[in-house]
Amino acid sequence: MNTTDELVSARDIRKAFLGYKVLDGVDFSVRSGEIHALLGENGAGKSTLIKILTGVHRPDSGTVRVGGEAVVVRDTLHAQQLGIGTVYQEVNLLPNLTVAENLFIGRQPRRFGLVDRKTMSERAKVLLAQYDIHIDVSADLARYSVAIQQLVAIARAVDLSGSVLILDEPTASLDRHEVELLFSVMRKLRDRGLGIVFITHFLDQVYEVSDRITVLRNGRLMGISPTAALSKVDLVSMMLGRTLAASTEREKQPETERREPLVSFSNYGRSRSISPFDLDIAAGEVVGVAGLLGSGRTETARLLFGVDLPEKGSATMDGKTIRIASPRDAIRLGFGLCPEDRKIDGIIGDLSVRENIALALQARRGWLRRMSSREQAELADRFVKALDIRTTDIEKPVKLLSGGNQQKVILARWLATGPRFLILDEPTRGIDVGAHAEIIELIKRLCHEGMALLVISSELEEIVAYSTRVRVLRDRVHCQDLTGDEISADGIMRAIAAQTGATA
Amino acid sequence: MNNSLASGLRRATPQLISLAVILFLNWLAFPGFFDLRIQDGRLFGSLIDVLNRGAPVMILAIGMTAVIASKGVDLSVGAVMAMAGAVAATMTVEGYPLMAVILTALAVGIACGLLNGFLVAVLDLQPIVATLILMVAGRGIAQLITEGVIVTFNDPGLIFFGTGSFLGLPMPIIIAALLAIAVILLMRRTALGLLIEAVGVNRSASSYAGINSKLLLIFVYTLSGFCAALAGIIAAADIRGADANNAGLWLELDAILAVVIGGTSLLGGRFSILMSVLGAIIIQAMNTGILISGFPPEYNLIVKAAVIIMILLAQSASFAGIGGLFVRAPSAAKKADAS
Repeated sequence: MNTTDELVSARDIRKAFLGYKVLDGVDFSVRSGEIHALLGENGAGKSTLIKILTGVHRPDSGTVRVGGEAVVVRDTLHAQQLGIGTVYQEVNLLPNLTVAENLFIGRQPRRFGLVDRKTMSERAKVLLAQYDIHIDVSADLARYSVAIQQLVAIARAVDLSGSVLILDEPTASLDRHEVELLFSVMRKLRDRGLGIVFITHFLDQVYEVSDRITVLRNGRLMGISPTAALSKVDLVSMMLGRTLAASTEREKQPETERREPLVSFSNYGRSRSISPFDLDIAAGEVVGVAGLLGSGRTETARLLFGVDLPEKGSATMDGKTIRIASPRDAIRLGFGLCPEDRKIDGIIGDLSVRENIALALQARRGWLRRMSSREQAELADRFVKALDIRTTDIEKPVKLLSGGNQQKVILARWLATGPRFLILDEPTRGIDVGAHAEIIELIKRLCHEGMALLVISSELEEIVAYSTRVRVLRDRVHCQDLTGDEISADGIMRAIAAQTGATA
Repeated sequence: MNNSLASGLRRATPQLISLAVILFLNWLAFPGFFDLRIQDGRLFGSLIDVLNRGAPVMILAIGMTAVIASKGVDLSVGAVMAMAGAVAATMTVEGYPLMAVILTALAVGIACGLLNGFLVAVLDLQPIVATLILMVAGRGIAQLITEGVIVTFNDPGLIFFGTGSFLGLPMPIIIAALLAIAVILLMRRTALGLLIEAVGVNRSASSYAGINSKLLLIFVYTLSGFCAALAGIIAAADIRGADANNAGLWLELDAILAVVIGGTSLLGGRFSILMSVLGAIIIQAMNTGILISGFPPEYNLIVKAAVIIMILLAQSASFAGIGGLFVRAPSAAKKADAS
């Protein structure tokens, strides 16, 4: 490998926040004239790596080289001077300024000490013409689509920095046509000799546009490979990793005869969120939901629970038509949802463990039928014991508990309502190993007791361990169901990696 | 029960000590401060005065507590007071019966609260902006109602709400006390208090848990509007007239201050109506003290600011070491946390 054409390289980068290793010996490099995809699930360390390259964070150890020379990137301005420009997913521009002003803000051409608008407009036009964009540069940026704003941001970054361009999920809010436009600009810049770092969750796009792939997982480098030499299945398995834990052995489950569904959704969907899907879940069944980040897993959960409203489709429970227009409706029907983001949508941090556990039940009973403190305490004590919630006492604010115990508190909140259909979105994310195994055991037990469960998880081994059926999502489409012997980590990965348009 | 009483007292220590110090200083400035006497079957004295003068802010603070607990704020209460007072005075002058006057004035407050609640809960406006609308417009509406003049009245029925007495106590005190008891029962004997706290701490998570956060938000602003109208009636009855320009002027700030002194966080969550009422009493004790001590009234605001800073420092756990006077409460709280 010729290192001289490496524009930027990072070697053996380590970084820890509060003792938690975010990057653990990661190598990364960008060559001149390549589009380099940087991939990994949530928490893999992609954004920390980018922030180190752009000077937002300093590495604990390891070296960053720019053009072969070791440097310490002080801040984003310094990174720009070194030639590294970044465009974030949420465009970092000022929508209420004109396009030209956005391109030249902080370095406006001046004449007699005043901003020379004419020169600025002309230079803006010339700059954008390189990208085949011909728009009125004196109009407010907000008038243009996200795609154009993105391109303006890229034009500015390239003009400022000029050797390495980092694109952080640039396609997340673009439609197909806009993505094509962006890709053509990326290819053009690559041919001019820039090195482009492309971060995305869409695997098809990775294969469409990138030359090389680096995969991170849990802060470690999983592999670097030319795109053409890496199969999609291998890529997915690198991203999701394979951990073999004895506790997640799949039990031999009796082949379930076709039972009457408890809840059944048909043609349920919402545009820009999740394509219409059919889903039946019977009592005593765990449907595992697998898919990469951004594949529509959480959107599915939100739709089923009435947080978002379906634009089309119908739902039935016990054969009767139901309407779910809010979480309150869902709860009345006996649904429960442990949301993905525990801190934002789950716990009520300042309230006590006791109140957090009693909350959903109290909300369902209505404000007039107050649960006395003693009733709440009895309920909380029962679940603290049953789920082994580790807390010194039930009056402690729930925010002081560890992640795993907070998750158990939210589970307890729903179990207290005696749900018939429970949706768990990433129930084991960010919790310690012990609590992890306990929650998996709990899912199995609830299933045996006849509850219907839908469990979303990024941990394939975990899904394999408890699911009676696995629903695979890809690019916001429910695309495949796996049953019986098809349920294995390999099978799920193959399904996730399958070409779009494969048999549903 | 004894336990919760003890912990409640411990929580209130900084406020109770502050009040004691202020009352003591008042006594130094005016030796007759603690004297009470009965005249015409009614209690008189500076202490009674403090409670009587403080009643409107106490009443505002009761509604404001619920709003702040929901992570909001209601800047319109002063203007709503002016509107309710204007309506009450104008209708009285035009000869409407007392009951109709009171009910209409209260209905005005409720309508204002519903509007604020709608703006915050349904249109998702920031509370400070949403209630700013009525804060500005409300006073204008009040001026339209009174047609720009101070409407005075002599109806003994309405005046009774401001200067009458019952069981030896001035009516404003009776009304504030009854309202405080009623709202405390409403909040703590039903689940409303808990649900409001939950929405205040984390609205999104509360919605996921099945709480109807929109309705609750509308409720707290409506309660605040109702309280403001009640305070407006008392203020108008007290001066026997409605002054659209000055009735309730700046009182929204006193009400917010009372809630903050009472220890309810502006970030929402845990609240105590009783502590907010105590906060209102502290503010009024300070006002009265400065007046009777013979300081020029212009010192009032500055002294008030200084005292407030001291009270807030005393409550702040991070200043536990500095506020040697009040050191007991924060350190006790810390011990409880550590155990």
